[in-house]
Parts: sequence; structure tokens; C-alpha cells
Amino acid sequence: MLTYAINRAIQFALSLVVASVVIFALMSLLPGNAAQVALGTNATPEAVASLEAQYGLDRPPLIRYFDWMGGMLTGDFGTSYVTGAEITPVIVDSVQVTAILVIAAIAVSIVIAVPLGTFAALEQRNWIGVTISAISQVGIAIPNFLAAIILVIIFSLTLGWFPSQGWMAPIEGLGGFLLRLVLPVVSLALVQAAILTRYVRSAVLDVMREDYIRTARAKGLTKTKALFAHGLRNAAIPVITVAGVQLATLLVGAVIIEQIFVLPGIGSELVRAVANRDLVAVQGIVMVLVLLVLIINLIVDILVPIVDPRIRNAA
Amino acid sequence: MNPTPTGAQSPSDYVDPVALDATDTSASVKIGPGRSRRSGRRANASMIIGAGLVVLIVGLALISFVWTPYDPTTIDPAARLQSGSLTHPFGTDTFGRDTLTWVMVGARITLLVGVVAVGIALLIGTPIGIISAFFAKQPWGMWLDAVIMRANDILLAFPALLLAIIFAAVYSPGTGPAMVAVGIAAIPGFARVARSGTLQVLGSEYVRAARASNRRIPAIAVVHVLPNIAGMVIVQASVAFAISVLAEAGLSFLGLGTQAPTPSWGRMLQESQQYLSTHPELALWPGVFIALAVLGFNLLGDGLRDRFDPKMEARGA
Amino acid sequence: MPENLLEVRDLTITPAGADAPVLHDVSLSLAPGERVGLIGESGSGKSLTAQSVMGLLPEELHARGQVRLQGHSGNLLEANEKTLAGLRSDIVSMVFQEPMSALNPLMRIGDQIAEVLRLHGKAPRGQIPTRVRELLRDVHMPDPDSARFAYPHQLSGGQRQRVMLAIALANSPRLLICDEPTTALDVTVQKHMLDLIAERVSAVEAGLLFITHDLAVVAGVCDRVIVMYRGRIVETGSVDEIFTAPKHEYTRGLLASSDLEATDDRGRLFTLKTALAYSGPQIGEAETTADVGEPEDLRDEPQTSTRPEHTGTSVAESTDEDSVRTASAGDGVRGASVRDDHRTPSVRESAPLIEVSDVTRIFRGRGLFGRRRSDVTALGGIDFSVAAGARLGIVGESGSGKSTLLNILSGLDRPTTGHVRVGDIRVEAASSQALRRLRENLQIVFQDPFASLDPRMRIADIVAEPLIAAGVDKDERAARVEEMIAAVDLDADSLRRYPHQFSGGQRQRISIARALVTRPQILVADEPVSALDVSVRAQVLNLLTDLVDEYALTLLFVSHDLGVVKHLCSEVIVMRAGQIVESGATEDIYANPQEEYTRRLIAATPSLAEALAG
Repeated sequence: MLTYAINRAIQFALSLVVASVVIFALMSLLPGNAAQVALGTNATPEAVASLEAQYGLDRPPLIRYFDWMGGMLTGDFGTSYVTGAEITPVIVDSVQVTAILVIAAIAVSIVIAVPLGTFAALEQRNWIGVTISAISQVGIAIPNFLAAIILVIIFSLTLGWFPSQGWMAPIEGLGGFLLRLVLPVVSLALVQAAILTRYVRSAVLDVMREDYIRTARAKGLTKTKALFAHGLRNAAIPVITVAGVQLATLLVGAVIIEQIFVLPGIGSELVRAVANRDLVAVQGIVMVLVLLVLIINLIVDILVPIVDPRIRNAA
Repeated sequence: MNPTPTGAQSPSDYVDPVALDATDTSASVKIGPGRSRRSGRRANASMIIGAGLVVLIVGLALISFVWTPYDPTTIDPAARLQSGSLTHPFGTDTFGRDTLTWVMVGARITLLVGVVAVGIALLIGTPIGIISAFFAKQPWGMWLDAVIMRANDILLAFPALLLAIIFAAVYSPGTGPAMVAVGIAAIPGFARVARSGTLQVLGSEYVRAARASNRRIPAIAVVHVLPNIAGMVIVQASVAFAISVLAEAGLSFLGLGTQAPTPSWGRMLQESQQYLSTHPELALWPGVFIALAVLGFNLLGDGLRDRFDPKMEARGA
Repeated sequence: MPENLLEVRDLTITPAGADAPVLHDVSLSLAPGERVGLIGESGSGKSLTAQSVMGLLPEELHARGQVRLQGHSGNLLEANEKTLAGLRSDIVSMVFQEPMSALNPLMRIGDQIAEVLRLHGKAPRGQIPTRVRELLRDVHMPDPDSARFAYPHQLSGGQRQRVMLAIALANSPRLLICDEPTTALDVTVQKHMLDLIAERVSAVEAGLLFITHDLAVVAGVCDRVIVMYRGRIVETGSVDEIFTAPKHEYTRGLLASSDLEATDDRGRLFTLKTALAYSGPQIGEAETTADVGEPEDLRDEPQTSTRPEHTGTSVAESTDEDSVRTASAGDGVRGASVRDDHRTPSVRESAPLIEVSDVTRIFRGRGLFGRRRSDVTALGGIDFSVAAGARLGIVGESGSGKSTLLNILSGLDRPTTGHVRVGDIRVEAASSQALRRLRENLQIVFQDPFASLDPRMRIADIVAEPLIAAGVDKDERAARVEEMIAAVDLDADSLRRYPHQFSGGQRQRISIARALVTRPQILVADEPVSALDVSVRAQVLNLLTDLVDEYALTLLFVSHDLGVVKHLCSEVIVMRAGQIVESGATEDIYANPQEEYTRRLIAATPSLAEALAG
């Protein structure tokens, strides 16, 4: 198990290095360098050259890459060429907002999806199981920004229960914080819950067909009890991996939700950086997002063998 | 083993939705005709509804080339922000443009992005997966397979939306970079499906038999592997199409995809935001059509999955 | 007469949405403590019957009729899940066929046994760990104290089946149902498991309903036999009645075709069609294997047998490898001239067709980042040679290395060290061109009839595949494919169809046609009949025998089934853990095994005759 974990950690580190090279290559080596992009197409060559000199962009790419990597390792994401501001504090602040949003959303979707999916599997032949299944199929097809718009129309503009946008830090007022969190979290969570429900249902149905469930019933458990005693833990294995992938998707998908609800998350910063043609900031934010995705994958890879002794022993 | 599922952004990657009637009752299953051809009324329903929706969207796009109720670019300030009526069934937007016309023309971009993105992913990802699987079966090629699959995993850390945002930042935002980005992000899904399918085929006794009768590797790939994984790849294509519809709409919503004045459902939604309190129906129509397109391709994928061999599930490697 | 333990009346099972039942009016009963065998081939409905008793029938199957169990007043078919759950494991228990998937992979086996004790409250909570140890000891688990903490994947198939038996008998039920409990196990393990079931069932004084396709197993375990065929009971009777005087045509056919000792006047196995000429199992034969000391006397006894190879000559000449089967009357019928050519002594003077010397194959385990995992020695120094025209049986249980050996012989894998010569080709150092020649000359029939044919290809293309690789032109290809398909007794219009339209036996015929279409000298058959029903097995074996004669093939026949090898092969090598334990003429090895392992293997092989005699 320990060697397995170390193995995974090394893989994680390697992936991180490769990903950083890819990001750097995409952002810094492609035509139209950062300074040119920042100043716009009609800037004079002199202005571009002076900005390049100012930020050391005239140095060889390899040096710049190690400079960038070295900076990130010490927690310094560099300075924006556009605003001249430090990027690190912006990232640190905005990541917290996004993390709260995404973790709350995945938690809500798990709370909805696990019982619903299990129930849909148990009642698969009844109208109720079929209905859950059909609703989740439709739910998957609704993009989260559409869900957000619908929720805003109903609960904010029509009923006036929740504000349609804005953010309040928890220390400024817990009530206001929670109130502003509801609609963004629900719009992210509903769609993910629909997706997850289908996975849970499918995993439970697969497990119900397993021989060990039949054994459990032969031992004297009813079908439902056999599922709870033996099935759910087995069904959890595929669901954990899916939830991991979903968490990663949510992280990026939150970009749009943050825009709609005007939340100061990392997605909003990313869109702003793109709009400002601030490639240094884009590069840093993308790196952070990819890092988070890889961390989620690492956690999943370590969580699965904890549940499953077969993988634990094989590793 | 890395149990991460195939680039699954949609559950259909993982779900074997209505394989219920396949329960093996050791005695009652008579081996013979129909063993691999499963009945399943609901499976057919999925496919029929899915195909119907896809035909509807494709139809709208095709008709829009020959006829639209109004000219999509004509601005008519007198008719701005109308609700649905006989003259404008879906109403008009803030410039007085006919929403139905825009929905019809917008279908073109949706389908274009889907076709190009899925095309890129399928044509690159499938061969990568097949080749990787062939490497995996050779003692000298296992490390190559491992490298390819690791690279695939790293690519998976860049979801379509993120990759598209990067492209929009480096190049200028537009339909082109968006299509390419979504396509590249979908490569790992195809590679995984093709790899796991190929591994199954290569591990089968009929391939051992083919090798024992001197068939060469390219012949095995063409004669045995391709026909047997085609079903899985088609299912993946359908699912990837749904994902790319979502990604395009999201990008355009952010202003990083299709640019004005080309009509796009995502941008229509974004523009509707200003008028949500007074004209919520502006968000309704593009929203409904995005959802119908995604639903259509997802259902089609589910239906196709059931048509093809249920044992060859599109699971992670 | 005491009340029956189990009473099934007019049980009819119909799949949802179908008109035709898959089980028709099945009635049977079982007295307390009685041991009843339920025999049938695939599709006979034997498992469905058992599942109905357990209340474990899949929901899409609808059962009508009555199932009554002593200790429960109502009809079990009408009881709800909760009532049934209360009876399961308490009054009626079940052991299933597939040991690999029947236990929860995420739970320690001790906990899985404890669960069944807790469920029915038979043991006080404090005593459960002790009871678990006891139960594991009762089923002869090695090291029962630490076995409790193992996960299922850490146990072998036989051990898992022991755990299943421990679970099934934990609450001393009155009826134990075993559904093919040993089919997935190796022969020697099967023997232990059968003994264990018999022992434990006696210990808890339970009744036994034993479901199997294997007549010999039933004869050894049960008092009474019920024969099922296509969803109906065709015959019921005591073991003696059924096996010595079967009334129903099907029972007779099944019996005839499963008796590998008996052959018709052409030296072929009996099939359902030729079963009328079958005269029953030769009980005297039992002693030859049971008592190695004096086989000659028994063999020389005049028998009513139609088995020509058991005339005294075979024993007298049994030192001569190549002449074992010369006395076989069947040889004279067809292809005799071909065979005789190869059996003249001159054959032995020329070099053998296949020569394997000191072959090892080691699979190197390789971890990520070059970390070494333990190596696996699949073959540890193998020597043997095969003369042209010989029929060599390779016998071994799982893990014996027989599949690895086949892969090396057919050039699909290379030995780590050692030499392999097939004809004039040195396999271990062969160029790809030489390998191509080798494969044209050596063809394989695989085990699994459902996996060895590409589901998306027509039969014509499947059979033609080796010819395409050999560069044969289109017209000749078509002609040879048609010829081959006729040679394996299939219709010409089979060629246009797909594999899923054929039964297991037919698929194996197609496999054989594909293997022989290039006219190889050597045919390798890798467990070709082990996935087939008994009645089909006999047909396919007969076909193989015919074709081996007709095409003068050298046959390498790999099997775990000693009976099949004994019938088919003139020589045999016994393999275990990558080594050859013993080799020689088949008659010698069976009559007078030198090695302990061979003796155990022979003793473990269920034989009808032996079971009836015992």
C-alpha cells in the first residue's frame, strides 16, 4: 500500500512537470508573445521590446521556464504585465471562493445522487425508478449556466428569496454568505447530481447482478439488506472515480457560474485575465487549476485501494 | 491499475443504462441466434428519441441554409424584445432580430463544432488507442504503451473548457480555436475506449487463432480489431458530440467561443441575461435547444450502446 | 412414511413476456437426510429448479406450482422475500458453481461467515469468533485461525468453495443445495471437495440436492438421481437403476456418451444416436484403477464390452509405445492404411517430428520504475519428443504450464532457454519466415467455442483466414473451405452465417475446420471439449478421431480430463507446476502410474464404473 502511494505520488509529480511544460509552451512559445499580446497588435516594436526587457521576456525560453517554475515552487506566480500587480494574492483569494463553491456543490450532489440512484436501481422496474432515470437523463442535458439562469428567474427575480449575484465572505456575515451561496451551488450541484445519479444507479445495478449478492441472499438477507450490507461498498468503487472526475469538471465548469453570479472565484479571474490579454496571469491560473485536477486524481487513486483490498494487495 | 473512467464528462461513458434484461439465467439462456442481439424495448426507445432529436437539430441547420423566417442579420428596432407571436413565434431580441431564425442558424455552429471536434478526437484518439494496445501486448512495447497512456492521463487534466480558454487567450477567441480545443480535449476518451476494446479483442482466442494461422498485425487490426471496436467508438462519438455541444455553448456564453455576428445558442443565452427580469423567454429558446441537442446525442449514445455487444462495455482500461 | 423434507409439485417457469415455459411441470421430492442428484446438460432447467426452492429466481422469470419445505407451512413460491430470507441458510442452504465471484471481495472471510451466524442468531454473540474458527476447521481450511482474516482474492478456488460450504452449513440447515459446486475446480481439488461435502452433510444430518452435469460425480455422492432434459424431468430412480438400466432414451444416451471407456464397433464413442448399442458401464474396470496391484487378471476377464482395446493383447504389448492401439478393431474401418504406415516400427527409427529439450519459460514480473516483482516460472525444464503420427495427450491441472508449452510449440511465445524443434524448424531461433512455415504446418483448436470465432465474421471468412495468410487464391480458397466444412459435417449454407447462430459443438467443428484447412501435419487441440456438454463432447471427439485418421495427423491433445486423454491418445505426458511428472504410453501410465501425483490424479478422476462399484 505504501509503495503504491509512493508510486502514485511520483506519477503525480511527473504529470505535474509535464503539464507545466505544456502550459508554458502553449503560452510562451507560440507566435504573438506575451508582451505583444499585452500591448495589443498596434504597439510599436520599441514598446514591445522595452516591456520584454522589463519582464525578462528576451531571455531564452528554458531560463524563463525555470524562473517561472522556481517562482511557483516558492509561491510566487509572478507579476502581471498588464496591471503590474502581483498575481499570487489574487490566486490565493480567488481559489478559496472557488473551493467553497465546488466542494459544497459536490457534497450536495453526492447527498442527492447516492440515495436517489440507489433507489432508482432498487425500483428499476417500477414507474418511480423509470421516472428518476428519465429525469436524470434530462438533467444531464441541461448545462449548468442554463440551470443558473432558470434558478435566477424563479428564485431571485420572481420569488426574491435569494440575491441574483454577489459574494460575501463568511467573516463579514455568515447569513449573507450562505444566502449568496445557495443559487450558485444549487445550479452546479443539480446537473452533477443528475450525472452522478445515473452512475450510482448503474453501479448498483451492476452490483446487484454479482454472485456475492446472491450469496448474501442465500445467507438469509433480503434483497434490500443484501444490497446495503454487501453491495453499496462495492458500488462505491466506480462511483468514487466518477465523483473525482466530476469534481475536476466542476472546478472548470465553475468558471461560467462565477461569471453569472459575479463571484470573485478563480474562474472569474481567469476570464478577466483572458479579456485583459494578461498571459502571465492566465498561465498561473491554468497551472493552479491543472494542479488541483491532478491532486483530485491523486486522492481518488489513493482512496480506491483503501476501499478495495484487491487493488491494495496487487500494488 | 488506474481505475479512472474514460474521459468521462458525461455519465454515458460509464453507464450501461438498461442492460437489465440481460440477466443470465444459466439454464434459460439458450445459446443460438439472438444471443448477442438483445431485445430491450427501452433501449430502442432511447435510440429512437435520441435519433429523432438529432434529426430535428440537423434538419433545422440544413433548412436554415435555404430558408429562414427572417434574415438573421437584419436589425429591426421597431420590433425589438417582442414576445412570441404569429409573426415571430419565438419572439425577437434586443435588436429586433427574429429568435426562431437565430435558433435555426445557431444550430449550424453547434453541429459544426461537434463534427469538427469529434472528427479530430476520433481520427487521432482511436488510432492512438489501437496502437497503444498493440504495444501493450508486446514485451518490448509495454513501456511505450505506458508512456502513451500517461500522456493521455495528463491530457485528461485539461478539460475541454479549460483548453478552449487557453486557446482563446493565446489566439483570438473564435469558433476555430474552440473546435480544435474541444477536439483535443476529447482525444483521451477515444484513446481509452479504443485501447480497452482492442486489448479485449487482442486477448481473445480468435486473435490467437489468427496469429496461429499467420495473419500479420496490420491484417489483424483491420480484419478483427476495427469491426469489433467500431460499436464502442461510435458510442463514444455520440457522447463526445454531446460534450462538445455543451462546451461550445459554455464558451460562447463566456464570450470566448463563436463571435458576433455569427448566431450561436451560447451567445444568445449570454445576451439574454440583461433582460432576465423583463424577458425571460429570451433565455428559454436557446436553452431548450442546447438541452435538446445534448439530450439527443446522449440518448442516441445510450441506445447504440445497447445495440452493440453489451459485454464490450466502454469502460476504463 | 415421514413427511418429505422438500416437495416440489408441478413447477413451471415462464420468462416474462414469453409464451413457452422453460421449465415444465417439474415435480420432485426429497426425504429428510436423502441425497438426490439432479442431472442435466445446459438448458435443462436444473439450476432454475434449485433457485425456485431458494426463492432466488430472477425477477423476470415467473414460477407457478408448489414448493414446500418441511418446517414452513406455505407454498414457497407465494412467500414474500422476508419470509424466504428467514428460511435461507436456516432451513435450506446453497453452494454455487463459481467460487471466484461468490464471496464479497471487500470483506474478510471470517466476517462473511460470522454474518450468517449473526443473521439467524444461532450462536451467542460472544461465541461467534470461536464458531467461525470451528467452521473453518470443519471444512479443513489450512490454518483456520489466520484464514479468518484473509480476503477472498487471497484464497484459491478450492479454498473459496470450502468457505462457501462453511457458510452454507453454519446454521446446520436441513437441506443443502449444491449447484455444480466442483465444476470450476481442478480434478484433485474436486475430489477433496466432493468428499468434504459428503462428510459435512452427514455431520449435520442434512438432505442434499446435488446439481451437476457430471454423471460420475452424482454416482459417487447421491442415493437417488433425477434426470432433466429441456426443462422436464425425464427419469427418476436410484443410482443403480439409472446407471445400469436407464429407461429413457435420453438417459441412456447421456450415459453412453459420457462413458469414455466404452466405444462402438468402429472404436468411436457412443453418442445420443448410437446409444442403443451401449451396454452400460463396465463395473469391473473400477478395480484396475483402484487397485494397481493386479490389473492384468481383471483385464483378461471376458467382458461383454465392445471395447476392443481391452483385449489382452494391449497389456502384453503395452511396453511398446507405438503398438498400443494396433489391436483396436476400429482402426480397420477407416483410414487404417494411413495409420498403419505410421505405426510400423520404422517410424521410431527416424527422427521424431517434434523435439523439445530442456525448455524453460520464465515470466519476468516488472513493476513501474523498474522495480522487480517476483518472476514466475511457467516451465522449468521440459523434455519430450513426438513421433510423426503419434497422438500425445498432455495432462495437467491449472497452473501446470500446459498452455505455455502450447504457445511455445506454435511459435506464439518463445522459450527462455532450451530447444524446440518442429519438423526442420528450430522454433526458439526461428525467423519470422520460418515461424510462418511452422504455423502452416501446426494448427490449433482452442478451448472456448464462444471466444475462438470472431463474432463479426462469416463462417466462410473464418475458415478461410489461414488460407488468406498463406496466399491461396480466391477460387481455391472457396473450394477448400467448402470441402473442410463438409468434412466436419456441417451444411454448406453454414458458410454464410455468423458464429452466434451456432451451438457450442458446431462452433468447435468450425474451429476444427479452420485448423485443418491448410492441411497441417500437426494438430494441437487445447482442451477442445472441456466447455461442451457431455453428449456433444462425444460427437466432437469422434470427429477429431476420424479426421486424425483421415488426414494422418500428429495430434497433441491438451486436457485436464484423464478420461478423454485415455480414450484418444496413445502416449501421455503428465505435467505439474511447469515440470513433466511422468510420461509414456497411455495404457502404461493408467495401469501402472509410477509417480504419486499421477496416482492421485487418476484416483481423483471421477469414473462412473468406479462410483457404481464403490
